[in-house]
Amino acid sequence: MTVKEKEKGWKEISIAAVCWKPSTEFLTGDWKTYKPVRDLAKCTRCLLCAIFCPDGAIQWNADKNDIEFDYKYCKGCGICANECPVKAIEMKLE
Amino acid sequence: MKNVVEQKVLALNGNEAVAYAVKQCDVDVVAAYPITPQTIIVERFSEYVANGEVETAFVCTESEHSALTACLTASLTGARTFTASASAGLALMHEMLFVTSGCRAPVVMAIANRALSAPINIHGDQSDTMAQRDSGWIQIYAENAQEVYDSVIQAFRIAEHPEVLLPAMVCLDGFQLSHSVENVNVLPDDVVKKFVGVRQFPKVLTHEGKLAPLRLDPENPMTMGPLAFPNYYFEFKRQQEEAMKKALEVIKQVHDEYAEISGRTYGDGLLDAYRLEDAEIATVCLGSTAGTVKTVVDELREKGVRAGLLRIRAFRPLPVEGIRRALEDVKAVAVMDRSISFGGQGGAVFHEVRHALYDSEKRPLVVDYIYGLGGRDTSPTQIHAIYKDLQEIAKQGRVEVPVKYVGLRE
Repeated sequence: MTVKEKEKGWKEISIAAVCWKPSTEFLTGDWKTYKPVRDLAKCTRCLLCAIFCPDGAIQWNADKNDIEFDYKYCKGCGICANECPVKAIEMKLE
Repeated sequence: MKNVVEQKVLALNGNEAVAYAVKQCDVDVVAAYPITPQTIIVERFSEYVANGEVETAFVCTESEHSALTACLTASLTGARTFTASASAGLALMHEMLFVTSGCRAPVVMAIANRALSAPINIHGDQSDTMAQRDSGWIQIYAENAQEVYDSVIQAFRIAEHPEVLLPAMVCLDGFQLSHSVENVNVLPDDVVKKFVGVRQFPKVLTHEGKLAPLRLDPENPMTMGPLAFPNYYFEFKRQQEEAMKKALEVIKQVHDEYAEISGRTYGDGLLDAYRLEDAEIATVCLGSTAGTVKTVVDELREKGVRAGLLRIRAFRPLPVEGIRRALEDVKAVAVMDRSISFGGQGGAVFHEVRHALYDSEKRPLVVDYIYGLGGRDTSPTQIHAIYKDLQEIAKQGRVEVPVKYVGLRE
């Protein structure tokens, strides 16, 4: 999933390991083994999962008036499923 | 030397010489752990802060690990920072020493070289800084309180040079230098302030695609020293090695520029040779021991013995070429190590001096003398004995015992 590019030499890159690309370019979605799947009937839209997600991979979509998982970044850690107070998220083997 | 400025003479010990130099260097942040093994350096500096003589923010931390972390992070915002430590305190900084050099933060630190536990000792030897020689810091070892003062001022210029950007340690032998009072010529405040100048920042490419000065600034957000996997970590380490190479030149340049205003030189800034031009036998040492050795060299010269001394002032970066040129015409060389590399057959200075001489076609005989551990005194008589050994080694043309101990009871 991560886009491959030609790797640069030591003379070409910024010193002090300063990032020359934003972290959003590093797609970490292919790290996951288990994928969070939501039961829409159970979900109360309390947003606790979005708050706990360490990768910011759960967002509020105002148009849909609902949350969305961004599987490009979700590493499948399962914190959202663990924190969900109504057990609306199930971690399913990909 | 026509630009040498008028200076006043103060009676300062090495610790006070450091504090006085830092006071003149327009330092923004000093963070330190204030208790043992801390020295008088930061105590004296805290008095300058309390008296309103400097505008420095003084941060007392709960450990040396935190002290260096505070200096590192302040330095990354563009501040000029300083800290001091010794012995176990420096050892506790170990992790952050690498983070500081990896983030290319030009923190300056004074180390009053003291022995490491156990057993608890507190007296002088160079085990503490030698154990950190691969941490990516520049290391300058001073011979006397005057050089301590001069080296601290130079260290800010060297560390902050945009093509170097490496942290720097100024090492002064614990007690011999840190606690002994000497006459120290000090430059006027305005002259020092002008000499160190203001920090300059090279531009780096940020994640926003902008070229911005290398410092944390909300106007130009950037991330320093984050994750680098096997595909990039190696490249950043190679950059640090290049900066060390550059530092070899910069240490000399800054030394020469400083000599113009102070009238004082220490060899070429990297190596300080004493009566070495026609020497047949020579010792190599770091720090205050050089003072004793010079006395012995003079006595031997009076008797017609062609003895000399090479004092290594910059141990990191190591002036490999300079060491080779300085020593390759000597028949026998005695390296004096005030630390021990357990199991490595000798001390670090021995290993590195011998490494520097390996590429010489003449390749003189080199022998190691471990001395002065835990503050044990090293007398002129003992140094005379080293030169006597060297005469014998030069005569025999071979080394029988490569590592010996000075002043050790069997």
